Amino acid sequence: MNIIVCIKQVPGTNEVKMNMETNTIIREGVEAIVNPFDMYAVEEALRIRDNLGGRVTALSMGIPAVSVLLKDMIGLGVDDAVLMSDRAFAGADSLATSYTLSMGIKKIGGYDLIICGKQATDGDTAQVGPSLAEKLGLPHTTYVRRIEEIKEGYIRCQRLTDDGYEVIEMPLPAVITVVKEINEPRLPSIKAMMRAKKAEVTVWTADDVGADIDKCGLKGSPTQVVKTFIPVHDIESEVFEGTPEEQSKQLVEKLTNMKFKICT
Amino acid sequence: MASINIIKDKCIGCKICISNCPFGAIKVENKKAEILENCTLCGACVSSCKFMAIDFQKDEVKGTADLESYKGVLVFGEQKNGIVENVAMELLGEGRKLADALSTPLSVVVLGHDIKDKAENLIKYGADKVYLVDDKSLEIFNDESYCDIIVQIINKYKPEIVLFGATTYGRSLAPRISSRINTGLTADCTGLEIDPKDKVLMQTRPAFGGNLMATIMCPNHRPQMSTVRPKVMKPLEIDNKRIGEVIIPNISIPSNLKVNVKEIVSDLCEMVNLTEADIIVSGGRGLGDPKNFKLLEDLAKVLNGAVGASRAAVDAGWIEYSHQVGQTGKTVGPKIYFACGISGAVQHLAGMSSADTIIAINKNPDAPIFKIAHFGIVGDVLEVIPALISEFRAKLG
Ligand SMILES: Cc1cc2nc3c(=O)[nH]c(=O)nc-3n(C[C@H](O)[C@H](O)[C@H](O)COP(=O)(O)OP(=O)(O)OC[C@H]3O[C@@H](n4cnc5c(N)ncnc54)[C@H](O)[C@@H]3O)c2cc1C
Ligand SMILES: Nc1ncnc2c1ncn2[C@@H]1O[C@H](COP(=O)(O)O)[C@@H](O)[C@H]1O
Repeated sequence: MNIIVCIKQVPGTNEVKMNMETNTIIREGVEAIVNPFDMYAVEEALRIRDNLGGRVTALSMGIPAVSVLLKDMIGLGVDDAVLMSDRAFAGADSLATSYTLSMGIKKIGGYDLIICGKQATDGDTAQVGPSLAEKLGLPHTTYVRRIEEIKEGYIRCQRLTDDGYEVIEMPLPAVITVVKEINEPRLPSIKAMMRAKKAEVTVWTADDVGADIDKCGLKGSPTQVVKTFIPVHDIESEVFEGTPEEQSKQLVEKLTNMKFKICT
Repeated sequence: MASINIIKDKCIGCKICISNCPFGAIKVENKKAEILENCTLCGACVSSCKFMAIDFQKDEVKGTADLESYKGVLVFGEQKNGIVENVAMELLGEGRKLADALSTPLSVVVLGHDIKDKAENLIKYGADKVYLVDDKSLEIFNDESYCDIIVQIINKYKPEIVLFGATTYGRSLAPRISSRINTGLTADCTGLEIDPKDKVLMQTRPAFGGNLMATIMCPNHRPQMSTVRPKVMKPLEIDNKRIGEVIIPNISIPSNLKVNVKEIVSDLCEMVNLTEADIIVSGGRGLGDPKNFKLLEDLAKVLNGAVGASRAAVDAGWIEYSHQVGQTGKTVGPKIYFACGISGAVQHLAGMSSADTIIAINKNPDAPIFKIAHFGIVGDVLEVIPALISEFRAKLG
């Protein structure tokens, strides 16, 4: 069972703090991390491989520095790591990213399953998984919270829905995106970390994978960001005083006088 | 190739661009800004520079060939168990506004089985045309068949705008469709507007867990597609006199599907669907013990609401992940949100800050949650919640 996991470098969300006074994002010491959801994708791939054999390849499109994070993935037990890096890839929206990744995946070849995170914490789009599946002509299921069964040419998994879950079957190869609930990612082992130090990350450019640069990066992106701004929460807060009973009384008074009517 | 460059003569090293760069990709050295290699060409810095010292070179983009032939606004009328979801009505309300601004018709596409009445009913919510595709196989949502059919509808009727609810299904279906027809898609929009000059759709959405808002356009490709966050847009008042037509389009229903939905399971422990709830009572680590979630359930029951949770509560195993609100959980937009024993970390706020009214109950008066709360009670949740329950009971009968 050969599996490709797509991982994205994102700014370390732990470090992203809001300065509530000036309403700006504090950027000091922003470190780059692997998108947290992609760690669940990596873990799931490793578990399947450990059960069924095969190889796990971590694939990322990003700047040269991402190779450091890819080495960490090898430290976790991933067999191969591929970085697609080229100035022509910069500024990609989810369509261009999907196209570019699909070209890398075709070059890797011989895959049974592709796993993406549910969404990346920088753009929060959650679009690359389904869009990539389409570019590869494969079936997909999003928000997978459990793989019930996986074997040669077949997967049955649970998709998390708004009020429960669905059980979905697909032939392999297929694409899934995973949510946090699916597993508990492992920590790197000392032995694997040593191996990771020496590991090689394969780097491919647009040329290497035969990508049409008109479909990559900013040029291949139908969407354009025209403006960004920091949202303002100019909220008038009212904090009540008194005993819990007195405060509750005041709050209930306010809430029952609102335009929106609470009904039991 | 596209590039962003600092015009050294104009740059004064003021560092404003640094705080506007979402990727930390600018540094200032010797009083001049410098773009680092992790720049993603998002362009956020360009307009932030008061000295016009940032030059953004874009390439010519090859778009959809017959841009002008795309007309009208199309909305996806999501249904579940034969009932049209509220988000479809919200999209119709918003779609009506956009269609009127463009003087074009508003249509809705409904896929399902035996739902003619319900589809027709959407005319009362603002639709001029209802495209109804009725087949036994469409009774339940399937990514593969739904994608196939909606692509056929788009290719046949060529709408200039297509809107989906940013629901579990919408966020899976829409990217597959936009990828097949090679157009842009903006995720989880909270604001839509027609640019009065160019008549293109301006799509505003939160990114970085709500810390940054971005306005996005899709100028050269059609249709312009968005998924729209539920509960943000307003449905129209129902109007029984509104006229429109139901059209049964001549399209082929795909067979031999690869994707097979075997079973649909509704979580019984979840009384009300979080994303649909008008009132949410959420608990965090401050509840101290899993058994105290019972208190929240009681309050939720009195108010006909749903129970949510912070990640800390979920990670502690006090409640299931499906209840988690926030960046790595669900995004909700209720009328009233109670945050009980929740500190208000940015990742939590990302999932609930668009609630109309936020109520914080926390024993620490300096907890960040009070900064975004409309009403606050400083106190112990274990005392406040029972008091609230009896107060609501007394008031609401
Ligand atoms: C990548 C990433 C993604 C994340 N995604 C999410 C997400 O989706 N959702 C999410 O919620 N978090 C998320 N987090 C975690 C987030 O940063 C916080 O750690 C989490 O929200 C804290 O939960 P809490 O407010 O319940 O706990 P705490 O921060 O521990 O706060 C507990 C609060 O309860 C108060 N309290 C204690 N006892 C009482 C009492 N008896 N009565 C009243 N008040 C009391 C305390 O004053 C405190 O303010 C994420 C973090 C990361 C790094
Ligand atoms: N540049 C990238 N390189 C590799 N994988 C990516 C990249 N961008 C997105 N992905 C994958 O797609 C998922 C969803 O990302 P997004 O659509 O950006 O929210 C991520 O969790 C990754 O698995």
